[in-house]
Amino acid sequence: MIEIAIASGKGGTGKTTLSVNLASLLASQEAFDKIIICDLDVEEPNSGLFLNGDLIHKEVKYRMVPQWDEERCTLCKRCANICEFNAIAFLGISVLVFPELCHSCYACSELCPEDALPMVEHRMGELKHYKVSDKLEFIESRLDIGVEQAVPLIASSREYARNIATENTLLIYDAPPGTSCPVIEAVKNTKKTILITEPTPFGLHDLTLAVETMQEMKQPFGVVLNRSGENDNKVDEYCNTNNIEMIGKIPFMRDAAVAYSNGKLMIDSIPEIKNAITTIANNLLKEAAL
Amino acid sequence: MKEVTEIVVISGKGGTGKTSLTSSFAVLGGSSMVVADCDVDAADMHLLLNPTILHEEDFYSGKTAVIETEGCVHCFKCKNVCRFDAIHVINGDFVVDELNCEGCSYCYHICPTHTIKIPDALSGKFFISKSRLDNTLVHARLKIAADNSGKLVTKVRDEAKRVAAETGKKVILVDGPPGIGCPVVASLTGTDFAVIVTEPTVSGLHDLQRVAELVAKMKIPAGVIINKSDLNLEMSGKIKNAAKELNLALIAELPYDEVFTKAITQGKTIVEYDHGNIEKKIKNSWKKIMELSIKEQ
Repeated sequence: MIEIAIASGKGGTGKTTLSVNLASLLASQEAFDKIIICDLDVEEPNSGLFLNGDLIHKEVKYRMVPQWDEERCTLCKRCANICEFNAIAFLGISVLVFPELCHSCYACSELCPEDALPMVEHRMGELKHYKVSDKLEFIESRLDIGVEQAVPLIASSREYARNIATENTLLIYDAPPGTSCPVIEAVKNTKKTILITEPTPFGLHDLTLAVETMQEMKQPFGVVLNRSGENDNKVDEYCNTNNIEMIGKIPFMRDAAVAYSNGKLMIDSIPEIKNAITTIANNLLKEAAL
Repeated sequence: MKEVTEIVVISGKGGTGKTSLTSSFAVLGGSSMVVADCDVDAADMHLLLNPTILHEEDFYSGKTAVIETEGCVHCFKCKNVCRFDAIHVINGDFVVDELNCEGCSYCYHICPTHTIKIPDALSGKFFISKSRLDNTLVHARLKIAADNSGKLVTKVRDEAKRVAAETGKKVILVDGPPGIGCPVVASLTGTDFAVIVTEPTVSGLHDLQRVAELVAKMKIPAGVIINKSDLNLEMSGKIKNAAKELNLALIAELPYDEVFTKAITQGKTIVEYDHGNIEKKIKNSWKKIMELSIKEQ
């Protein structure tokens, strides 16, 4: 099993486009027995809009949070003093737990001298597993509206994906945008992370933040430049100067934007995009690692 | 009417033109407003507003455990209780993996020899600046690979409110992050009006529905701007219908136009670069946003 992630600092640079097109292309080739796309942008999962599959499994995802047991509690306040996240408050003679603030560390529950805070399941979202074709599968996790913490759902989705992977499976993680904790959870310990960007000042600036994040994590990475055209030079120059691998470029085409807007795969209808994705796939496969 | 009106621009999906539009609104509002860039893990507004930093401050939030080698009796208690796989044994020493550490302090409480310390963690910096357009800009930079972007968002908004109160500014304009998770909730909490910038694509529609549900749940009145609306007219129609169903005001439809990219490439906002149709539409949008956000109070 090989895990790769597709991430970007800036949103809307083509993470989902690259994930679904790259996965579909590789599923038509021989290199892997199975390709699994796992959409880890759990706040706004979009990969499924571009893939038609049969639902083969779904499950509700929970994390554990403490629940107050009034009978056992002696109101010693140890729990509230311990909690670093202000998730437990005392209101007169009752204890309030705020699940959205809780980080599921278990400290209050296990350090309570009276066992008055047993951990219980708290719903955070839903995972669905689809079969798209013989070789292509797709996992989507969707955070419930109002649930604030994406990280536990991302971690648990990766675990599910790894469990269904065979020895010669390629797992492609469609990561959330940004550079903070959800991104780190989605890309950490992958064989390679592809940072996709666009040739605009915003694209370049957010790429540099994403690059710094990868370097801090000691995470192997390369860059794909989407909507490539006459303004590429600054991103090219940045990558050259910093010795960053340019895995490939996807040309800017209005047809591609229209195909995307309709939820269509670009490799099916636009030869230039298919060529670009093929080059990216070949460059990834060329490395002994993949 | 409230003394200060706080308007937040969000999108659900990233890359729909949030920051391009927000910085144009900042030009239109000029010195009468405070601008807050709350997309703290990919803050871009300063690239267009070219601010002069007046005040800079470290932002500490949460904790990170540190294990001192001396005194550690290798009892494994810390490693066993850690739910975040943040304690590793390297060459016989117990070491905290800062990236994984959640700052919960469980290890600190369980350590029998008090060898674990839990200092406050530096999670970023925030800045109070004067933009080249004479707005006050409050912005931030999350430390690379740091946690707590939601808390930094709250800090940026608190500072913006403080500055607005001190200088008698009536409007705070917030550039929000993409998504629906904690930084978005932190950007929305208690604001007066949300502008949702979307695009006529399957993802734009899907993400709009989710973010609209969040906004409704938080009881914040909101309106929609459909950017690049002529890219797919059928999808634009669907978004207009969805907006109606979701009780969102339609603020504007902006056509696909290369001036968005051209302006940014020159380091300018759209209303400074274009003096035609797009400029007019953005001016009308801003007027409508102000009317709607005041009406809703």
